[in-house]
Amino acid sequence: MTVTKAHIVDRLHAELHQVAKVTKNDCARFVETIFELLKGSLAQGEDVLISGFGKFCIRTKNERRGRNPQTGESIILPSRKVVTFKCSGILKKRMNHGR
Amino acid sequence: MTKSQLITMLAKTEGISVRVAEIIVDTTFKVLEEAMIKGDRIEIRGFGSFKVKSYDGYKGRNPRTGALIEVEPKRLPFFKVGKDLQRLVNGGDKPME
Repeated sequence: MTVTKAHIVDRLHAELHQVAKVTKNDCARFVETIFELLKGSLAQGEDVLISGFGKFCIRTKNERRGRNPQTGESIILPSRKVVTFKCSGILKKRMNHGR
Repeated sequence: MTKSQLITMLAKTEGISVRVAEIIVDTTFKVLEEAMIKGDRIEIRGFGSFKVKSYDGYKGRNPRTGALIEVEPKRLPFFKVGKDLQRLVNGGDKPME
């Protein structure tokens, strides 16, 4: 099964509607905002640390010489940034216990 | 950015209490964690996707002492960055190739 934003929204609505007056639309907006905030932080080059879950890091890859596999032509691949995820030790344990 | 900063920013952006924002953030990551524990795939459009990868056990060595150790099979989440986020971390509006 693939978990999507819709699953998070449903769960949020179930959990929140007793605590506060929120509609499903509100919950959808909240989830959207969370991921926009995470993206904003990473876009600025700032890592995101969610304790108990993991850490999203920005890593810079150096410029390197590559080849177009179709034509064999040599090209310079420019330096670029990538996002990596390091799972927290707590989550790693939870994923590997009871199996 | 840490989780508590995320909670504060969510509260501010949405005009909700920090207490409610905390429930929202905690629930969001709880759903993701439960999916990973079950081995489910996660797909967040524009952000990225997670897939649980299984690794076989192997015999390794402690690099410091040289002692032979048995490395147990394990499962780890693998994150693949989404197109939109990949574009954003590389300076925004340049189109992706």
